[in-house]
Amino acid sequence: MAALVRLETRLSRLREEYFLKNRSVDEDRKIVYKAAVKIQSWFRGCRVRAYLRYLNKMAISIQKWWRGYQSRRYFRKMIKTAYFIMKMNFYNEMAVRIQKRWRGYYVRKYTHNYYALKKYLEAISLNNEIVRNELQEYAEMNEKKKKKKDLEKKEKEKKYKARKMHYLLSTEQIAGIYNSPFRKFPDPMELLLRQSKPLSHRQQQPKSPFTYDLYDWPTCKRPPAFPTGEPLPPIGRQKPQGPFRDAAEVLRQRYKPLEPTLRVAASISSPLEKAREEMKREEWRKCIHDNEFLPFSSYHKNEKYELSIHASEKIGKETYGIKHFREVQPNKWIAGKIYLLHHCSSSFSLLIYILFEIHLFRGTVEVEFLYFLKMNCPTR
Amino acid sequence: MSQRQVLQVFEQYQRARTHFVQAVAELSARPQNIGTLRDAGVISLLRPLLLDVVPTIQQTAALALGRLAYFNDDLAEAVVKEDILPQLVCSLSEQNRFYKKAAAFVLRAVGKHSPQLAQAIVECGALEALVICLEDFDPGVKEGAAWALGYIARHNSELSQAVVDAGAVPLLVLCIQEPEIALKRIAASTLSDISKHSPELAQTVVDAGAIAYLAQMILNPDAKLKCQVLSALSQIAKHSVDLAELVVEAEIFPVVLTCMKDSDEYVKKNGATLIREIAKHSPELSQFIVNAGGVAAVIDCIGSCKGTVRLPGIMMLGYVAAHSENLSMAVIVSKGIPPLCTCLLEEHEDHIKAAAAWALGQIGRHTPEHARAVAETNVLGTLLSMYMDIRSSEDLQLKAKRALKNILQKCTYLPALEPLLHDAPPNIMKHIVGQFSKVLPHDSKARRLFVTSGGLKKVQEIKAEPGSLLQEYINTINNCYPEEVVRYYSPGYSEMLLERVENYQPVL
Repeated sequence: MAALVRLETRLSRLREEYFLKNRSVDEDRKIVYKAAVKIQSWFRGCRVRAYLRYLNKMAISIQKWWRGYQSRRYFRKMIKTAYFIMKMNFYNEMAVRIQKRWRGYYVRKYTHNYYALKKYLEAISLNNEIVRNELQEYAEMNEKKKKKKDLEKKEKEKKYKARKMHYLLSTEQIAGIYNSPFRKFPDPMELLLRQSKPLSHRQQQPKSPFTYDLYDWPTCKRPPAFPTGEPLPPIGRQKPQGPFRDAAEVLRQRYKPLEPTLRVAASISSPLEKAREEMKREEWRKCIHDNEFLPFSSYHKNEKYELSIHASEKIGKETYGIKHFREVQPNKWIAGKIYLLHHCSSSFSLLIYILFEIHLFRGTVEVEFLYFLKMNCPTR
Repeated sequence: MSQRQVLQVFEQYQRARTHFVQAVAELSARPQNIGTLRDAGVISLLRPLLLDVVPTIQQTAALALGRLAYFNDDLAEAVVKEDILPQLVCSLSEQNRFYKKAAAFVLRAVGKHSPQLAQAIVECGALEALVICLEDFDPGVKEGAAWALGYIARHNSELSQAVVDAGAVPLLVLCIQEPEIALKRIAASTLSDISKHSPELAQTVVDAGAIAYLAQMILNPDAKLKCQVLSALSQIAKHSVDLAELVVEAEIFPVVLTCMKDSDEYVKKNGATLIREIAKHSPELSQFIVNAGGVAAVIDCIGSCKGTVRLPGIMMLGYVAAHSENLSMAVIVSKGIPPLCTCLLEEHEDHIKAAAAWALGQIGRHTPEHARAVAETNVLGTLLSMYMDIRSSEDLQLKAKRALKNILQKCTYLPALEPLLHDAPPNIMKHIVGQFSKVLPHDSKARRLFVTSGGLKKVQEIKAEPGSLLQEYINTINNCYPEEVVRYYSPGYSEMLLERVENYQPVL
């Protein structure tokens, strides 16, 4: 009972306590709730942050590795190109060196070859010397010719003068003007006079009617003349006189038989050549076939045996063309009969003619022609 | 009786005509009578006699007309005005050969004076008739016709073309092959006159096959023929490289070189002209000529001649040397420079001196070796004096200046440059000083020589604008020497020293 009273008393308080407890619980609940929310949010945040951190770390790691990989690749490429460039530079350098040497050599040897130029200039001076000498000789030769011509002309003039003045020759009694008795020896003119034949007066040649007014042309130095060869002999010439040889002698001389020299009489080719020709002809005659002799039987293994002409034909004279003029091949006939064509008058003679013409051809041509004619001619 | 009297009258008249015409022909042979004859109206009197029945009178009348027209161009014009030409042209085809010769002579005489007269001849159709005359049998007729054609074609290229169109060239080539020397001469001269105007005409002549015959005729001993042949070949070769090569292929070398030793001056001149025309086109042709020894022959020819005959030879050397330095060296090696120097000194004509100066310039302009070879003959002084001489023509001055400049730009041979320092005008001085400034920095002996010969003194005396090329050269030279030396040689040094003496305070 006491407990009950206590409980009753507590009962009134119970409500309050209960209410207060609920209220405090309510109030605490908010706080607790908020705290719980806070704690949870914090914790979640932590978790997420941790997760993000983790993700970050992973991303960084991936990126780190990836970038490292890329750069290493790039670096390798760079190295390769740098190496390549270095190599190319080196090659270029070497190529430059080679080209430098080669071009220097080439230019010095072929384009501006100093020694060749020197030799060339020396050759030119030598050649010039030769040319100069030759030209000098030529000039001297010309001079000499000219002098000779002048001398000859003078000589001719002198001789002509001597011939004209032949009357000045000295005689036994009277000394000529060139042979004065006070001189030791006669003047050269005197000697000339002695040697020369006296000049006789020439007949005046009849002047052609054209000469006098057209002679001194600006162009021609001589009177115009027809271009003839030697002058024609005068008409009415006397017969040639003089001792003539005996006619018989002349005829004998004229009809003397020919006595050819040994060289002319012998044939053109020497005996050696003739013998050679003879030998060649013999060979040509005797040659049966052109196959050369082959020593071993192995060469003749695959040879086909060819019948000789004598063995391939039948023995005796060919009777075609002599005994008979038709060739028949019964296996080619269509029918069993032989067509007689002598009824066909116009074509008969023609056929005979044609057959005669082509009987020279042995073979099937003729037979076919006959066959053709057999077909085309009307049946008899 | 009366018949005889009638005939006597006619005979008298004929004798009178004959006498008149012969007298006129003889008188017209002397140039002093021509004025009187012209005033007496001889052309109008001779004109009807050309149609006379008697052939002798016709021919003599034609001859007289030809002689009259030959010496005097008024008479030639009168001949054209009086319409005598158509008559002559008609009779050219009909009459005998003496008349043809006379008529061709008249045409030649008329055509020689001026292009207008030649044009008048062409217009009256004379060319066809003359070409027909070229086919005649008589060589005199051919000669007359060829000569007339040559004088017509000489004036200008239209007339030449007219002659070629009339078909004269193949016949002329046939004429060249004839045995008569006079005919060959005239035919060669006509071909030369035709081909000189233009390359097409020259090509026409070449196509007719003229070159081979002309080349054969170089060996002919007749001097005038050689002249004409060489002139014809040079007129053909001068137009283009191909024509020159064609001429060379006819194997004229080394035969042409013998022409350079001929006794006749004009043969030498024409031979040198031919070689010049060939050499000027290309280095290969010049090389060919040098290899054949042509340079030596030309040099000897220059040495042995005097006057205008030398001119083509000089020009040939210039052309050969101009092509390349090897050829120029070949000219030097063949001893080409001394004759050119003597030419420069001896000749009186300005144009020959100008050509010699030009040739020397071409030889010396390639490399220092060449310039040295030219300068060693002390010809630079002559060139300078020619340039400075007021009496020399403009052409000579110009060529001398150019030659001097070209040689000086390559010359490193200082002893030859020294004398020039003293008299040169400023535009040449700049080159001389320039050359000194190139050589002196590297050669100590030259520097010494420069000082002792008074060159440094002279250089100091030159006044140049500051900043000009000359001043730069002078500075380069001055920098080669220590300052005292430069100061010593500068003008007014003695005064400066004396001034210092005056202002000096003696140290007691």
